[in-house]
Amino acid sequence: MLVDIVICVFLVIGGLFGLVGSFGLLKLRDTMQRLHAPTKATTLGIGGVLIASMLYFLLIKGSFSFHELMITLFLLLTAPITAHFLAQTHISLRMKQADLPESGGAYGWSLFDDPPVMDKPSEPAAPPQAPH
Amino acid sequence: MITYALVFTMACFGLGLLMNLWLLVRGPGRADRVLALDTMVINVVALLILYGIRQGTGVYFEASMLIAMVGFVSTVAYCRFILRGGIIE
Repeated sequence: MLVDIVICVFLVIGGLFGLVGSFGLLKLRDTMQRLHAPTKATTLGIGGVLIASMLYFLLIKGSFSFHELMITLFLLLTAPITAHFLAQTHISLRMKQADLPESGGAYGWSLFDDPPVMDKPSEPAAPPQAPH
Repeated sequence: MITYALVFTMACFGLGLLMNLWLLVRGPGRADRVLALDTMVINVVALLILYGIRQGTGVYFEASMLIAMVGFVSTVAYCRFILRGGIIE
């Protein structure tokens, strides 16, 4: 009975967080704000579902599987990468360089500035031309 | 009791899927649409896992993991396509 309650609590928490994540996707105004909802709330929601699944198969079915842990690891690793790429896409599509703050470094933002020129290996000097 | 909780959670994620679909249709920009698609993939993974719990088999974990991987790769590919105009440089 206690096991059932724990699994139900994790399931309900996961479902609520998933719903909040998807609702925030609609509710928030800006794309940059909208990035917060699925990357945090939905990841937490699916984490709750995966914990519930792991407990269910471990305590009720009596079999332990690593798949949930792998899915959790994979989702937690890929969520920030996805958010980073989406933020880059949004900046390159919608913002201008003047809207952004200073990058604080020697070069500007990598989306707008050309990459800094690397020091090329010094080429051998051109052979002196024979005087005519 | 677990059955009711499963139904509730599946309803939550299904409703979330509908909201993502609405953002996918409405989304003011391309970045919003890619974001909606990525969230849809995560919600579908959650639904698959819940269905696996309901059926009591672990078969659906492989499928959900594959879908999660394909979703991540497709999101990154789409973003790179918007950013650079090509996926493989």
